[in-house]
Amino acid sequence: MFSFDLLVDAILFGLLLGCFYTAVSIGLSVSFGLLDVPHIAHPAFVVLGSYGTYLLGSYGLDPIIAGVVLMPVFFLFGMLVYRFYYETFEKRGGDAGVRGLAFFFGIAFIVEVGLILAFGVDQRMVEASYIGKSVSLGETRIPVRMLVSFGMALLLTLLLTLYLSKTFTGRAIKAVAQDEPALRLMGANPVRIKQWAFGIATAVAALAGSLLIIVGPVDPGLGRVYIGRAFCVVVLAGLGSMSGTLVAGLVLGVSESIVLTLFGASWAPAVSFGILLLVLGVRPQGLFGR
Amino acid sequence: MTASQPRSSAPFWIGAAITLGLALAAAFMVKNEYFFFAGYVVLQFVVLATAWNILGGYAGYVNFGTSAFFGVGAYIAVMLIKSLNAPLAVQIVAASAVGAALGVGVGLLTLRLRGIFFSIATIAVAIILETVVNNWRFVGGSTGVQIMRPPVMEPFESYTRMIFVVAAILAVLAVAVARYIETSWMGRGLRAIRDNEEAAECTGVPTLKLKLAACAVSGALMSAIGAPLAMYQSFVEPASAFSLNYSVSALAMPIIGGTSTWLGPVIGALLLGTIQQVVTVTIPGSINVLVVGVLLVVFVVGAPEGIIGLARKLRRRIEARRLEARRLKPASKSSADSP
Repeated sequence: MFSFDLLVDAILFGLLLGCFYTAVSIGLSVSFGLLDVPHIAHPAFVVLGSYGTYLLGSYGLDPIIAGVVLMPVFFLFGMLVYRFYYETFEKRGGDAGVRGLAFFFGIAFIVEVGLILAFGVDQRMVEASYIGKSVSLGETRIPVRMLVSFGMALLLTLLLTLYLSKTFTGRAIKAVAQDEPALRLMGANPVRIKQWAFGIATAVAALAGSLLIIVGPVDPGLGRVYIGRAFCVVVLAGLGSMSGTLVAGLVLGVSESIVLTLFGASWAPAVSFGILLLVLGVRPQGLFGR
Repeated sequence: MTASQPRSSAPFWIGAAITLGLALAAAFMVKNEYFFFAGYVVLQFVVLATAWNILGGYAGYVNFGTSAFFGVGAYIAVMLIKSLNAPLAVQIVAASAVGAALGVGVGLLTLRLRGIFFSIATIAVAIILETVVNNWRFVGGSTGVQIMRPPVMEPFESYTRMIFVVAAILAVLAVAVARYIETSWMGRGLRAIRDNEEAAECTGVPTLKLKLAACAVSGALMSAIGAPLAMYQSFVEPASAFSLNYSVSALAMPIIGGTSTWLGPVIGALLLGTIQQVVTVTIPGSINVLVVGVLLVVFVVGAPEGIIGLARKLRRRIEARRLEARRLKPASKSSADSP
C-alpha cells in the first residue's frame, strides 16, 4: 500500500505546495509579524485577490498579470485599512487588542459574505495556457500550475526579503518593529512607515490571491482554512522572520502533503491548525523567533 | 445569593422568574408553532453570548471558537442518542461536562499566551474538531446524521414547545451564572486580568486559575446549549454544527450589547437574534449573517461600550443638561446685575 516512491512524490509535491503557502503567508509575516496588527482578515484579502484575478481573467487577462495589476489597488486599500485601524484603535490605546481583533474578524466575515452575495458559493477558476498541463520528472508528473506558483512564490519571498534588508524604507519598517519610540526620537514618523508596510503586505496578498486561484478553484469560504495555514506559517517561522517564513511554509507544505497521501484529503485542514496548536503550546516564539 | 452583595439581588431573581413564567405560559398559549422555532434560536444566542462574555467581556480573552464548544455539545448529544438513547436532560448534563473539560484543556494549552494567539488557537480547536467529526463514521461523518425525536412529554403540545422551554431555562441559568461571576470576587479578578494582567498577577490575583475557571464555565454553557440542537433540528451535520456563524454571533452580540455587564450580551442577543430571524424570513440568502458582521464592525469602531454604553452616555448627558439648566438660572441673573 505505502511505498517509498509515494513518499518521494509526497515530499516533492509538499515542497511545491510549501512555497505557495509561503507566498500566502508572507504578507501576514509583515503585517502581523513586524507590525503587530492582529490581521485575521489577511486570508480573506488573499481570497479577495483571487476573485479580483477571476474578474480580470474574464476579460482575458493572464492571472499573474492580473495579480500584478491588482497590486497597486490593494496597496492603496491596505494603506487605507491601516490608517483607519490606527485612528480608531491604536491611537486611542486601552483595550485596542480585543477590539482590533473583533474588528478584523468582522472585516474577514464581511468579505466572505460579500463574496458569497456577489459570486455565490460555487467554486471559481481561471484559464491560462499553463493551467491543466503537467511535465513528467521521471516517474512523477508535476502540474505546471504548481511550478508557476512555486517560481512566483520564490521570487516574491526573495524580493520582499531584499526590500526589507537593503532599501532605506525596508530597514525603517524593520526598525519600527524593533523600537518604535527610538524611531520617533530620530525624527521619523512611525505611523507613515507602518502604513506603507501594511500597504505592501496587502499588495503581496493580491498577488498571493492570483497564485491561489492558479493553484486550484477558489470559493468564498476558503479564507477560513487559510487562517490556519497563514498563521501556522507565521507563528512557526517566528514573528517577522522572512527566511523563517519560507522554511515554515515548506514544513507545512510537506507535512500536509504526507498526511494527504497517508490518510486522505479530508484530514488536510487539521494539519495546519494542529501544527499551530503544537507550536503555540510548546514553542510560542517559533523556529527563528526574536 | 449571599447577603454580602452590594446591590440587591431581588429584582434580578424576580425578573428571572417572570421570564421563565412567560416562556412557560407562551408554550401553552401561543398558537403559532413558528414562534417557538424562532424563539428557540434567539434564546440559544442568549446563552452563547452570555457564555462568551464570561471570558471575552470580563477577562478580555477573545474566543473565536464558540462553534467548537457548540458543535461538541451537539455531537455529544448525538452520541448519547445513538448509543444509549439517553433523555435530553442527560444529554445536556453530559455535554456541559465535556464542554467544561474542553474549556480547561484549551485553556491549559493557550492561556499562557496573550491576545491574538489565544484567539487563533480557539479557531484551530474548532477546525480540528470539525475535521475529526467529518471523519468519524459512527456520528455520520460529513454527511450528517438523522435523529428520531422521542414522543413528546406530557404537558407540552409539541416537541418544539418543550425544547423552547428548555432553552429558556438554560438562558436564565446562564445569565444567573454570569451575573454571579460578575458580582463575586471572580469577576473582580477577571476584570483585573483584563485591565493589566501583570499587575494583577503581582498583586496576588490567581490569574491562571481564574482564567481556567472562566474557560470551563464558558465552555460548559456553550456545550450545554449545543446539546438540544440534535433534537431541535432532528438532523445534525458537522458543517452546520461547527458553523462559523455561531462564533461570529457569540462575539458580536456581547460587543453590540456591551461587554461590561451581564445585561449587555442579553440585550445584544435579543436584538440581533430577532433582527436575524426577521431578515431570514423577509430576505433570502446570506443577508442575515452579513447584518451581524456589519453591526459588529460599526459598534467596535463607533460605540465600543455597546448599547449599554450608549444608554449610559445618553443618561449622563441628560443629567448634565439638567444640572446646567439649574446652574444657568442664577448665573444669568448675576450676569444681568453686573454692568
